[in-house]
Amino acid sequence: MFNSSEIEAFKNVWVFCEQRNGEMMPTTFELISEGRKLADELGVELCGILLGDNVDGIAPELGKYGADKVYVYNSPLLGTFTTDAYTKVIVDAVEAYKPEILLFGASTIGRDLAPRCAARLHTGLCADCTHLDIDLENYQNFLREASTLPEDRIERTKSVRLAGADHSVARDLKMTRPAFGGHLMASIICPRFRPAMATVRPGVMKKRENPRTAQILHPEFDLKPEDIKTEVVEVVKAAKKLVDLIGADFIVSVGRGISKDVEKGLALAEELASELGGVVGASRACVDAGWIGADHQVGQTGKTVHPKVYVALGISGAIQHKAGMQESECIIAVNKNETAPIFECADYGIVGDLFKVVPELIESIRAAKAAK
Amino acid sequence: MDFRLTKEQLLVRKMVREFAENEVKPIAAEIDEEERFPMETVEKMAKLGMMGIYFPKEYGGAGGDVLSYAITVEELAKVCGTTAVIVSAHTSLCCAPIFENGTEEQKRKYLPDLLSGRKIGAFGLTEPNAGTDASGQQTTAVLVGDHYVLNGSKCFITNGSVADTFVVFAMTDAKLGNRGISAFIVEKGFPGFSQGKHEKKMGIRGSSTCDLIFEDCIVPKENLLGKEGAGFKIAMATLDGGRIGIAAQALGIGEGAIDEAIKYTKERVQFKKRISSFQNTQFQLADMHTRMQAAQFLVYNAALKKQAHERCSMEAAMAKLFAAEAASDVTRRAVQLFGGYGYTREYPVERMMRDAKITEIYEGTSEVQRMVIAANLGVK
Amino acid sequence: MKIFVTVKQVPDTSGTVAVNPDGTLDRASMQTIINPDDMNAVEAALTLKDELGCKVVAFTMGPPPAEGMLRELMAMGVDEGVLITAREFGGSDTYATSQIIAAAIDTYGVEPEDIILAGRQAIDGDTAQVGPQIAEKLHLPQVTYAGEIKKDGNTLTVKRILEDGYMTVKVQTPCMITCIKELNQPRYMNIGGIFDCYQKEVITMTYETLKDHPLIDKSTIGLLGSPTNILTSFTPPQKGAGMMLEGDGKETTDKLAGILAAKHII
Repeated sequence: MFNSSEIEAFKNVWVFCEQRNGEMMPTTFELISEGRKLADELGVELCGILLGDNVDGIAPELGKYGADKVYVYNSPLLGTFTTDAYTKVIVDAVEAYKPEILLFGASTIGRDLAPRCAARLHTGLCADCTHLDIDLENYQNFLREASTLPEDRIERTKSVRLAGADHSVARDLKMTRPAFGGHLMASIICPRFRPAMATVRPGVMKKRENPRTAQILHPEFDLKPEDIKTEVVEVVKAAKKLVDLIGADFIVSVGRGISKDVEKGLALAEELASELGGVVGASRACVDAGWIGADHQVGQTGKTVHPKVYVALGISGAIQHKAGMQESECIIAVNKNETAPIFECADYGIVGDLFKVVPELIESIRAAKAAK
Repeated sequence: MDFRLTKEQLLVRKMVREFAENEVKPIAAEIDEEERFPMETVEKMAKLGMMGIYFPKEYGGAGGDVLSYAITVEELAKVCGTTAVIVSAHTSLCCAPIFENGTEEQKRKYLPDLLSGRKIGAFGLTEPNAGTDASGQQTTAVLVGDHYVLNGSKCFITNGSVADTFVVFAMTDAKLGNRGISAFIVEKGFPGFSQGKHEKKMGIRGSSTCDLIFEDCIVPKENLLGKEGAGFKIAMATLDGGRIGIAAQALGIGEGAIDEAIKYTKERVQFKKRISSFQNTQFQLADMHTRMQAAQFLVYNAALKKQAHERCSMEAAMAKLFAAEAASDVTRRAVQLFGGYGYTREYPVERMMRDAKITEIYEGTSEVQRMVIAANLGVK
Repeated sequence: MKIFVTVKQVPDTSGTVAVNPDGTLDRASMQTIINPDDMNAVEAALTLKDELGCKVVAFTMGPPPAEGMLRELMAMGVDEGVLITAREFGGSDTYATSQIIAAAIDTYGVEPEDIILAGRQAIDGDTAQVGPQIAEKLHLPQVTYAGEIKKDGNTLTVKRILEDGYMTVKVQTPCMITCIKELNQPRYMNIGGIFDCYQKEVITMTYETLKDHPLIDKSTIGLLGSPTNILTSFTPPQKGAGMMLEGDGKETTDKLAGILAAKHII
């Protein structure tokens, strides 16, 4: 009988390897890289769990990023994602192999599947994590850098009170995530149940090679058509090429400041972006106004990006927007209003009308490049 | 006096404020610039019950109260004076006199369409030679068999070119003076009735203002509103209610200008300081807010009196007089706080200043309000 | 046929957010709003009600003032509200919360034609977990990220929005659908609804009401029953002040381009 509270019975770090249409989602490699770090800190194996229809071909690449084993479940019933089929197979696998950690990408699939699995397994799940730690010293060093907490409170994170006793968090997964629209960060643990489950925000963890030959395993499993209560009629890829904000080194984002002449504002942003070799992003205001597609949105409800250069044009810098871009290596802000909060996180600020400044900036960059 | 709003009134304010922010504010400058009547907004307001707020549900109204109506006009006016007066003229000047003076048949026939906003209402009293002196009506109505024949013209009629239903005043017996005036419900399609040219105005430019022309206009006898000769009384009572709507409009315009001025002065930097940190700005805004707060008390008081079916001529006149003059003053000061930017159409305060002025003029000038107040004081 | 909608009252994180010295949120100083995605769920329910004339019941878990939010939903057209409130329920994480809401919905009674609608996620926690977990606890199928819902008899056809497109999913009632903002534009309250809403019924479900339900156990609800614990919470440090460049002319942009070139950024 499976019992999620028998902590000692659980071992190894697992990553749900999300594929769509037989292609591995890029986030999977980020998670495998992060999972490798956690497995090393625990001194255990890192395993991928891959569900699909005839997906053996994409399993070995997981070894390149550090997977020791990949459990592959092939079935025509797993070709396209359904909550019911995927939940059943994953829950059955977890009950059989008892991993102590189970990570999912915080995609529209991961965030559908993970809560369902956690509820069935009776364990905790932390959503949309941006930082994971096992090692306490690493975690506390992370807090020293990423928080304003005083030293005594950082020191106190080594244990929590549970049922009247101190519980050491040394082997617990410390899952850190933004809350309240990015105003607050919280570190969550799941001390009494296993596996500790997390969905991880795409684009946050770094993909790192750590090559080895992953052992590919095909456990037996039980899945019948009647287990699936929903029917996927079709899967349609967006015709429009989606913007790869997450992978971009240069992002030029526009905000409400382009409202005076939306078309021209977007054209200027495009031109600057192409001069830098980057893509165009946008604040929520622009997306909500229908000026640009939702796939361009940076921020709390959009994408989190950390490009080399982030240029904010006419973006006031609401905290929700900052939550998605403040980790950029270099932030340049152009805004008419010198008190705009965006300047608080900008490395370089220009107070001025973007319709005047951007053409000048494009010229200056061209000249600077030519001079090199 | 208790000005604590009921839970319902608080929700009305919340709902109208959201509606105004999302649906009205974004097009306020555009309809002003283009002198365009915002029919799309009227359709949205109709669905939300905003065209028949304080009338019973059995006639298609929203079952609300007069104060909720005042709050609605106030919240709309904060972002758009035009939209506010559309609701005010429709409600106070057309729906109210039919509801208060109509026969059961008239109410059943006209109110459901008006209160649900399927049709828009207007009020025809003012004539080229009968403005402040409303008793100088030159439009005539002659009973011929089963109908009246109306001849004459009305001017400055709010909602005039878009309305379907009009409450119109005409002389049925010139010898009797005021007592010879009668009220009629006139439909847009009646033979001999036409709407004249659109007036180009200084403010509330999105609202429709035009002449009404009656050339042997045939009005069925059953469309006489109230008794023959009761028109002047109906007109005056209607204007008492209408003044609460206009006072609420003035109140909202002034408050809207203060909202804009607070926002702007906290952003605008001069002499390396936000201009909100200067005492002149602070004192100006303090005075402006105090005036509008006083206006709010007068407006709400008049609305509560009307709700309680108490006589409210003087209260409505005081509310309109004070709110209108306060709104003109406050919007003018707001433009001053904005400086040059305030004079441009990039910011809404110049529009608010233009919109505020009309509240001192229509539905009785400030001078008329003073006459009403003085008369109520027995000062002759 | 009934439609259940789950809603949450949340602090408005788009306004001013105050943080206590100990790193927790100063909720008392913040405005509360109805969670935005939940409004899309309510609108979806009311759209179905307009079409089919079914009853719409809103469920919320929270402190007693959350009743005000239920009244607002009733002013939009929701027929009935259920307020789940008890000290024992406080401190629940998503697992414990779903357990309690599932018990409340089950106590109210789910019939074969019923639909449960939830917002995708709440803006305070942004977890998107409670909807699916309620579905799991009630053993109902789920479709998340609904950008379009069509009903034909007991079959719902849902356009499930993905990062790179969408999938069309068919599901039978009873089921759980989580809604996203692309689904619809929530309606406003209407004036007539406002003057009716305080006459409608709000059912309060307390610990006493639900304690005999199989899902409710002291070990699975509230702070003690939550599998996850907060180890610490903190505010990120403000980044140091950057460099403001004087002027908005060509010399300024030349200077910026020069700095970027010198740092080998371009």
